[in-house]
Amino acid sequence: METRKFTCLGCPVGCSLTVYIENGEVEKVEGNQCNIGIDFAKQEVKDPRRKVATTVKIKNGVHPLLPVYTDAPFPKNLIFKLMDELRKIEVDAPVKMDDIILENALGTGVNIRASRSIRKNE
Amino acid sequence: MKERYDVVVIGAGPGGLAAAISAKKEGAESVLIIDRDKEPGGILNQCIHNGFGVEIFKEDLPGPAYAERFINEAESVGVEFLLDSMVLDITPSKKVYVTSKWFGFKEIEATSIILAMGARERTRAQIRIPGFRPVGVYTAGTAQRFVNIEGFMPGKRFVILGSGDIGMIMARRLTLEGAKVERVLEIMPHLTGLTRNYVQCLQDFNIPLQLSHTVNRILGKNRVEAIESVQVDEHFNPIKGTEEIIPADTLLLSVGLIPENELSKKVGVKIDPLIQGPFVDEEMQTSVPGIFAAGNVVHIFDLVDWVTDAGITAGKGAARYVKVVKEKGDFVKLVPGNNIHHIVPQYIKRDALINGPVKLMMRVVKPIEEKVWVEVSDGQNLITRKLERYVRPAEMVTLTIPQKAYDDVRKTKELIVSVERFGG
Ligand SMILES: Cc1cc2nc3c(=O)[nH]c(=O)nc-3n(C[C@H](O)[C@H](O)[C@H](O)COP(=O)(O)OP(=O)(O)OC[C@H]3O[C@@H](n4cnc5c(N)ncnc54)[C@H](O)[C@@H]3O)c2cc1C
Ligand code: SF4
Repeated sequence: METRKFTCLGCPVGCSLTVYIENGEVEKVEGNQCNIGIDFAKQEVKDPRRKVATTVKIKNGVHPLLPVYTDAPFPKNLIFKLMDELRKIEVDAPVKMDDIILENALGTGVNIRASRSIRKNE
Repeated sequence: MKERYDVVVIGAGPGGLAAAISAKKEGAESVLIIDRDKEPGGILNQCIHNGFGVEIFKEDLPGPAYAERFINEAESVGVEFLLDSMVLDITPSKKVYVTSKWFGFKEIEATSIILAMGARERTRAQIRIPGFRPVGVYTAGTAQRFVNIEGFMPGKRFVILGSGDIGMIMARRLTLEGAKVERVLEIMPHLTGLTRNYVQCLQDFNIPLQLSHTVNRILGKNRVEAIESVQVDEHFNPIKGTEEIIPADTLLLSVGLIPENELSKKVGVKIDPLIQGPFVDEEMQTSVPGIFAAGNVVHIFDLVDWVTDAGITAGKGAARYVKVVKEKGDFVKLVPGNNIHHIVPQYIKRDALINGPVKLMMRVVKPIEEKVWVEVSDGQNLITRKLERYVRPAEMVTLTIPQKAYDDVRKTKELIVSVERFGG
């Protein structure tokens, strides 16, 4: 049996997880303080994902940038590809918090949403 | 905007927003938040990463989203905002002096003030790195503002000093934006930020962290050209022979926050030297009655959710203080004057004399073994007086305000009782 150590990223507590893996399947998780830790470990073994927060350009807004975030964890190995995709985007003010800026990013089913509202520059 | 407010909050970060909302909900009629920035939200506007609100909303929000929820709530409960305006000074009698390019200079009166000015970052002056002062040395927070709000990259190759959360979060952010973060140096033998940030900000992007290392020298005359790092021993002294030159064009300092208390000190709020923030009681009231404190101005909180919690407490305290002052407003205060130690009652209802005369009990400060007047005045006009053959601290003096003084008492804010010479 293989064992791996992770830090759970489910919440700021950051539990140290010891994960026992048999034939690519998680058999047992130790060190978690809640069930999110188990889900995190399974995901981390199969297909590590992270939340991504960045900015896109915005036209006619009170600021030149709009902060955006992934509304679910995003495949780790595609993060730089996502950044390239978002660099091409320019939205128009006004924008409302949680508006979808890019739907189904790179076919992952994850949406990119606005982190805040930005008014139009009058 | 009005001239007077029940509560004036200085700073529209999460601490100030929570305090203002709770003051309003707890019954303060008029609440104003002043911020020097053009927008409310404080430092959260530049903290675009996730991790906010897990305790309060049971959701993992980016900083600006967390702020926006509170900004919306503040607006909906009727909190007023004065933005792009800087508070220069406050007084113990709760006058607030504000300046802005829109109206110049203004004086606003408050019944209660909540200090919520947040924290500022330690800078190079406070950590003393030798070398020239070339362009390319910033605090991590300044760089965060450039990259996340203004859309400007301060460099291409970075070294970050300090493994605090802001520094690690910036390491990831700069990497995502295409820069190279060569190294994070930490003088302590352990990480100073959260392990989760080490994992998701440094490890995920193969950014090396060196513990027990610091910046020995900054190389470059006009612009940073390289950073010389060095290992330190357990007393933080550089170990000779461990120097290393790391080519870089920018150095970010992430070496901690200090509560921002210039205004607090000027108004005479007592500061705890241990945490650089004001001494507060369980309502977050400072040593100056009616002045409360919320958020990082008190001490550096780990989580913004806790800043919000403490802000709610401060807002409740301020609303309660306003209520007490207002109720007293329908009272007339009895003020000990010349040779009077104290008076009971301390307050009488403004229209108390409708029901009959009011008897006052008091003690004097020092004995006078001759005839004296014990006088009640409104500060200018005598209202009533009584002759005593002598006064002694051990013997209580009584005096009755007659019913005919009803009109005089109704007009004044306070009644002063004093002992005066008989001959006078
Ligand atoms: C650069 C930086 C990054 C941070 N990143 C994180 C993070 O990622 N996660 C986290 O949990 N915490 C972070 N923090 C900590 C963060 O400060 C607190 O969590 C929280 O924002 C504190 O809220 P606050 O209301 O006390 O202060 P702030 O959010 O700092 O708000 C204070 C406000 O007061 C205003 N102000 C100050 N003086 C005056 C004056 N004289 N007149 C008018 N207005 C004034 C300022 O403009 C500001 O808007 C960070 C702090 C800094 C400095
Ligand atoms: S296991 Fe639960 S408590 Fe521990 S870090 Fe993960 S989410 Fe947080």
